[in-house]
Amino acid sequence: MPEPVLSAAHIDKSFLDNKVLDDVGIDLMPGEIHALLGENGAGKSTLIKILTGAYTHDAGTILLDGKPVHPRDTKHAQEMGVGTVYQEVNLLPNMTVAENLYIGRQPLKFGLVDNRKMERDARALLSRYQLNVDVGSQLDTYSVAVQQIVAIARAVDISGKVLILDEPTASLDQHEVEVLFGILQRLKADGLAIVFITHFLDQVYEIADRATVLRNGRRVGSRAMADLPRMDLVTMMLGHAIADTHALRIGGGRQPGGLFASFKDYALAGKAAPFDLDLHEGEIVGVAGLLGSGRTEMARLLFGIDRPDSGELTVKGKPCKLREPRDAIALGFGFAPEDRKVDGILGDLTVRENIAIALQARQGWTRPLSQKAQVDLADRFVRALDIRTTGIEQPVKFLSGGNQQKVVLARWLATNPKLLILDEPTRGIDVGAHAEIIRMINSLCDQGMSLLVISSELDEIVAYSSRVLVLRDRAISGELRGAHISVGAIVKMIAMQPEVQDA
Amino acid sequence: MNVRYWPLIATITIFVVAYALAVMQFPALFSTRVLGNLLTDNAFLGVAAVGMTFVILSGGIDLSVGSVIAFSGVLVAVLISQFGLHPLAAFAITLFVCTCFGSTMGAMIHYLEVPAFIVTLAGMFLARGVTFLLTQDSIPINHAFYDWVRQFYYVMPGGGRITFNGGLMLIVFLVGIVLAHRTRFGSYVYALGGNAQSAALLGVPVARTTIGVYAVSSFLAGLSGIVYSLYTSSGYPLAAVGVELETIAAVVIGGTLLSGGVGFMFGTLIGITIQGMIQTYIVFDGTLSSWWTKIVIGGLLFGFIVMQRVIVAASKRDWRKKPYAQSAPSL
Ligand SMILES: Nc1ncnc2c1ncn2[C@@H]1O[C@H](COP(=O)(O)OP(=O)(O)OP(=O)(O)O)[C@@H](O)[C@H]1O
Ligand SMILES: [Mg+2]
Repeated sequence: MPEPVLSAAHIDKSFLDNKVLDDVGIDLMPGEIHALLGENGAGKSTLIKILTGAYTHDAGTILLDGKPVHPRDTKHAQEMGVGTVYQEVNLLPNMTVAENLYIGRQPLKFGLVDNRKMERDARALLSRYQLNVDVGSQLDTYSVAVQQIVAIARAVDISGKVLILDEPTASLDQHEVEVLFGILQRLKADGLAIVFITHFLDQVYEIADRATVLRNGRRVGSRAMADLPRMDLVTMMLGHAIADTHALRIGGGRQPGGLFASFKDYALAGKAAPFDLDLHEGEIVGVAGLLGSGRTEMARLLFGIDRPDSGELTVKGKPCKLREPRDAIALGFGFAPEDRKVDGILGDLTVRENIAIALQARQGWTRPLSQKAQVDLADRFVRALDIRTTGIEQPVKFLSGGNQQKVVLARWLATNPKLLILDEPTRGIDVGAHAEIIRMINSLCDQGMSLLVISSELDEIVAYSSRVLVLRDRAISGELRGAHISVGAIVKMIAMQPEVQDA
Repeated sequence: MNVRYWPLIATITIFVVAYALAVMQFPALFSTRVLGNLLTDNAFLGVAAVGMTFVILSGGIDLSVGSVIAFSGVLVAVLISQFGLHPLAAFAITLFVCTCFGSTMGAMIHYLEVPAFIVTLAGMFLARGVTFLLTQDSIPINHAFYDWVRQFYYVMPGGGRITFNGGLMLIVFLVGIVLAHRTRFGSYVYALGGNAQSAALLGVPVARTTIGVYAVSSFLAGLSGIVYSLYTSSGYPLAAVGVELETIAAVVIGGTLLSGGVGFMFGTLIGITIQGMIQTYIVFDGTLSSWWTKIVIGGLLFGFIVMQRVIVAASKRDWRKKPYAQSAPSL
């Protein structure tokens, strides 16, 4: 039996008097991919922040190669050979790609940073990820997915012994995930210990050797993936069994009602080729396509964040104009954006305020929601979506990543929208809450809401949609309906030459 | 073209155009004499502005600069004239004290998590107060060393002189440029200004960098005080009132974002030069009140801040436009 590279035992951690880790331990073997699993708010991110010196623990020991270590800060942990990608992709938007990869360890020449060598190294490093970007460009000129890969590349490069990835695949495509997994397999063969946090159980079964499950800040157990059936794993995570949401389909037999909104010849140069889109009451339209196919751009147009160069919108037969999101909200549209850290969450505001804000905005600020109405609203959604918080008056920034996500969803669900646009709605949300969200969306659509779901998860698209649009190169390249909807058909259409296929 | 060069290019353009217009009106402005005087007259401002650039790049602010300049000038004068120390010894002691002062402010900002505005505001009152404790009046400095230093200058073609002070400022800028753009410390400063929380998680030594930034700022303010004492041959406790604001103006006009993380040291040099040029123009004109300097600088500042907002907005829009798959066929 080999010795663990990194071994933590009896770790306790409290934030004020909220105990979030209670006697937790984990052992990482060399050459092992170890999944760290648990519900939203179980304490996964907190545990790895402790292992990597970003937080200090209240009690417990951490052994690296059998010797006790006390990581002072993240730099210290990096120097010990522990590389990490935190859940909130933490990079520097104002610096170049190369600087982001090498900050703190830039190659020096005569005591000065050797920019030429740094950029050369950066290009070589990223080419392993099939990423061919201009490393001298500012990071924020690239998409979230590119930034995520840069963060991963940095962590992999730093990690001599341990690599920790906290939901690294959340904004990646199937293809990019495959590239990443290929690299992880190589690193594993080299004897690295890898921690992999995710809510995608398929990915866990694909790549992990062992899993440690946390629940409510306690360790439930560690098991080898080979003898851990999926249902057992879910039960370990949630503490109870749930019906397999995998097979759940809510879009299939849905009969759409009357026409709600109709976008005609909508177009914006460089972002969206002219498209027509009719959305019916009670209909769920899924939008699939690779990253960069223009899914998010389309959503931004539909919600009035970007103004189209041309095109007309009629809502319930009346012509309308979207000059800004306010107009869209007034028409009963809602939009939960993809990049919630930037566009969605108001970190310093409380859970209650974050949930009430969209409803308030639609009512107009002259008619404030009463405190009681806000409290009732927040309480209802905290319960319905199982948002883990110390109370509705807790600032949202202290919630776990997945719980922040749920707050943004709750905000839009609370407005009772007539048209809801969800960009990657369940990214980072655990299996239990996932089922709950699908149930809620289903009942809203039964009441006549029309829904547009954008997702990289084809399973999710298939589960939701009564109609699927496939985007390619910023244009709608195909459409699937009813019984024709399946993962295989979507994949085929994404790969196919543009051509409309109707059922 | 990368949007982060826009402010710098705008600054340089404004400088060139304004200078050309001024030269058309007063051809005598186009001479190395004017340049030499401009450098000498603004040397203390420039030295302090280098420090301010680091502070603002890191996302902070240092309001104590003017007071530290006065403190440094007075301490040098006291040590030389009243304690009879050699000026070099006086300089060393003064720079050491100033650096400690800045480090302390940096440590308070980092460890006590007090906003830089508050800490350096307190530092401003403190330094000015201590200066008045040292003396109420102007202390003249008569020392052979001062005369000796003043005889160093470089004569440019055309007869203009780069004096010791002017030259020192250029050297400080040169060192500042290297420190900001070619060292790890410099990259840490930009990182802090970009996103302090991310910087910490990436392993940037936040404490060391914050303390370093304010130490550099106060060190340079101290050096600026020495330059000022060489310039005026005295130490005066009411000197350099409000200079911190002038340096902030130079930094912002030089294209550095007040919110931190974006900008160039070279821009600050242009910012200083623009301010100096406006003053020179007013002297040449002879009829304009010197308040016009403030009015024009005020106008410029306003224009630059508006422009920076536009650029930030434009760069946000810019990346949305950029295709994800720009150069990576697989993504
Ligand atoms: N800085 C903080 N201050 C206060 N509470 C915090 C802080 N960070 C985390 N918590 C709390 O600790 C608990 C665990 O959070 P953590 O981020 O570790 O969850 P997680 O397992 O990573 O969840 P997710 O899957 O949603 O990312 C949560 O209840 C959260 O509210
Ligand atoms: Mg987490």
